[in-house]
Amino acid sequence: MTEIFLLLLGTVLVNNFVLVQFLGLCPFMGVSGKLETAMGMSMATTFVLTIASMSSYLVETYVLLPLGIEYLRTLSFILVIAVVVQFTEMVVRKTSPSLYRLLGIFLPLITTNCAVLGVALLNTTKQHNFLESIIYGFGAAVGFSFVLILFSAMRERLTAADVPAPFKGASIAMITAGLMSLAFMGFTGLIK
Amino acid sequence: MTLTIIAILVVAIIALIFGALLGYASIRFKVESDPLVEQIDSILPQTQCGQCGYPGCRPYAEAIANGDEINKCPPGGEATIKDLSELMGVEAKPLDAAHGVEDIKKVAFIREDECIGCTKCIQACPVDAILGAAKQMHTVIIDECTGCDLCVDPCPVDCIDMIPLHDTSAQWQWDFKQVSVGEIPVKQLSS
Repeated sequence: MTEIFLLLLGTVLVNNFVLVQFLGLCPFMGVSGKLETAMGMSMATTFVLTIASMSSYLVETYVLLPLGIEYLRTLSFILVIAVVVQFTEMVVRKTSPSLYRLLGIFLPLITTNCAVLGVALLNTTKQHNFLESIIYGFGAAVGFSFVLILFSAMRERLTAADVPAPFKGASIAMITAGLMSLAFMGFTGLIK
Repeated sequence: MTLTIIAILVVAIIALIFGALLGYASIRFKVESDPLVEQIDSILPQTQCGQCGYPGCRPYAEAIANGDEINKCPPGGEATIKDLSELMGVEAKPLDAAHGVEDIKKVAFIREDECIGCTKCIQACPVDAILGAAKQMHTVIIDECTGCDLCVDPCPVDCIDMIPLHDTSAQWQWDFKQVSVGEIPVKQLSS
């Protein structure tokens, strides 16, 4: 139990996917303009990342490993992720139109989020078991959501702030992201 | 050799299973979309530029169907607003400047001494406004050119400019659709 908790905490804070491992930077910069969209993106990513992490573990263990074709990992994982995203989009659209309105447009974007493929590949390198894979995927997604929401809240304030002209817009966002990353380095050593 | 065949087969089978799953899901979870959204979406220019503040034309079409303003689409400009106002039965209003301004009309111009006569721009032109033959220099028929930019990218020697076209008395056309002519304002008086 402790190990699972530590793995979760470690993925969320210490090895944060965005700020420490630099994965999924595109949505981090791209959809962080508004708090509302950032929340939608976070929820969609959490959902997809957890399921993609789980299903790619299943494909790896029950299809690729027994047949000795581990070298096709990247290809099959991309296939799995794309299918999971598409399938999720269809199901959500049918079952809950209100949720679809909230997440719908972000779902296709997640297919190309490198954090999703990153989690799937890191699961195999770190040799996680089934439960650990789910926790790892979920933790990565929570960390991503956490940072994305914090960052978008900051960017909303930045638009109103008196920023010197050369730093306006994307540049101050980059600097902010850099400072956040620096701050997250402070969590290193929290878990051995 | 067998390993390669196994690998190809396995990936093909995985892809087949996933494809079948998605195909089944698309039938099983089919959603009838709002026909109004479809109509609005077909009016919007499909540039997916996001200047309206929505992440694409379809989300904006949905927003309009739910009662958003119709004047947030700079690429569509006046014409789109007019069509939308007819469809939605609301008053047409000028473009909201907060979302950008309508581009001034431009036409393509080929710098003829640089043209190598490759015909690539002719193939790209959707309205057949470019005249020329292989290894002969090409030129643009100004009156036909819609200023769509599509010929600029294919040109291998970058000899096509987009020149802003200002209204002159020679090509100014009275737009009877925008300015109502012959309509006498009638005021109804309650007796």
